[in-house]
Amino acid sequence: MHYVSVCSVDEIDDEDVRRFDHEGKSYAIYHVDGQFYATDGLCTHEHVHLCDGLVQGFIIECPKHNGRFDVRTGKAISAPARISLRTYPAKVEQGVVYICLD
Amino acid sequence: MKRDYTLTGPDSARARASGLAGAKWYATPVPRPVMKELMTRRDWPAVRDTTIWLVALVSSGSLAYFACGSIWAVPCFIVYGVLYGSCGDSRWHECGHGTAFRSRWLNVLIYHFAAFLILRNGILWRWSHSRHHTDTIIVGRDPEIAAPRPPNLLGVVLDLLYLRTGAAELRRMIRHVCGIMSPDERDFVPDSERWKVFLEARIQFAVLCAAAICSVLIRSLMPLMFIGLPTFYGAWMDLVVFAYMQHAGLAEDVTDHRLNTRTVYLNPIFRFVYWNMNYHVEHPMFPMVPYHALPKLHQVIKDDCPPAYSGVISAWREIVPTLWRQRRDPTFFVMRPLPPARESSV
Repeated sequence: MHYVSVCSVDEIDDEDVRRFDHEGKSYAIYHVDGQFYATDGLCTHEHVHLCDGLVQGFIIECPKHNGRFDVRTGKAISAPARISLRTYPAKVEQGVVYICLD
Repeated sequence: MKRDYTLTGPDSARARASGLAGAKWYATPVPRPVMKELMTRRDWPAVRDTTIWLVALVSSGSLAYFACGSIWAVPCFIVYGVLYGSCGDSRWHECGHGTAFRSRWLNVLIYHFAAFLILRNGILWRWSHSRHHTDTIIVGRDPEIAAPRPPNLLGVVLDLLYLRTGAAELRRMIRHVCGIMSPDERDFVPDSERWKVFLEARIQFAVLCAAAICSVLIRSLMPLMFIGLPTFYGAWMDLVVFAYMQHAGLAEDVTDHRLNTRTVYLNPIFRFVYWNMNYHVEHPMFPMVPYHALPKLHQVIKDDCPPAYSGVISAWREIVPTLWRQRRDPTFFVMRPLPPARESSV
């Protein structure tokens, strides 16, 4: 399991998302109800960064076309998003958010 | 060289090859906390406005019915038609983005109701509008370019009674009732969504047929004056007066909404009809911001945008001579002045 540190927990507000770039790839890190989640950073519909989108509960909505995904599973919930996002395990240790990229 | 505005022609291939398709667009930097606040969904503003709209629609329709036979029926039908066709267009648009209401089911309900009011297929146009936001006024990619070059001025005039666009939508509806999709539509509607397009077309067609049959049975145009025809005599305000202000005569093939889109100040009544879409540089730059927050967004980004137009007359004073000139010179367009301190991504 290869965990990479992302940021401190207080750098992402509750019910919000932050972009994380690592080795040429973009990820979206979410903070909802005290839990952290990670998915691919680009919408599967068009190449739009989800970090500019709106988090409502466990749903991230793409800022461009309103495609919606469940941040826990990556599942595409509504059109125009039809392909689910890949998710990555996330954890918090000593106030730092890590995601697993293996 | 005449440009090809279809989605399957040489300009489409050129847009893809040049990187204009699905390109990264300029967006004015807005601090995340400010943007989060602006994007916040609320039910109340749209519930209030929709209630006012529907009460006004029913009231004006009732007055038109009881005024039939007198001259007073004319203004009543004009108001009813604008509430039906023009408000229908703006409600269709906002609810299609899913931002008007916080409750998703309200967005979906009003979206499909409003789509019927303007004879649009809700499913098809959701995908069409999605492409419009990806590739706004990119020739060969955007299916919603209202004023291609050279412009069809007769078509603009005909659309004051929705005759060009409405006839096209009716033809499209009949095609979809028969289960046929055009090559352009196949370019932006996924296979899995096509049955929904056909189903919605059949439902809309059935309602229109019911109104037409009622008219025949009672030998009166009245049923169609309330269902179906208001799209034609009432959509002019939104689909011509307001919609052409959005992009007509401005640049094509740029990746900066400040260069191909207008923001126009309107009075409160017009803004109610148009649901604040007069803030049109703001909307495509940040489509997640609900209509009721667009005036605030305008205040946040206006210093990074070209000056807004002072009103309908100001915008059309630019549009009319520009379209007239584009008849002979399709390369001509209005170059919007960008604030000097910032760079665009043309």
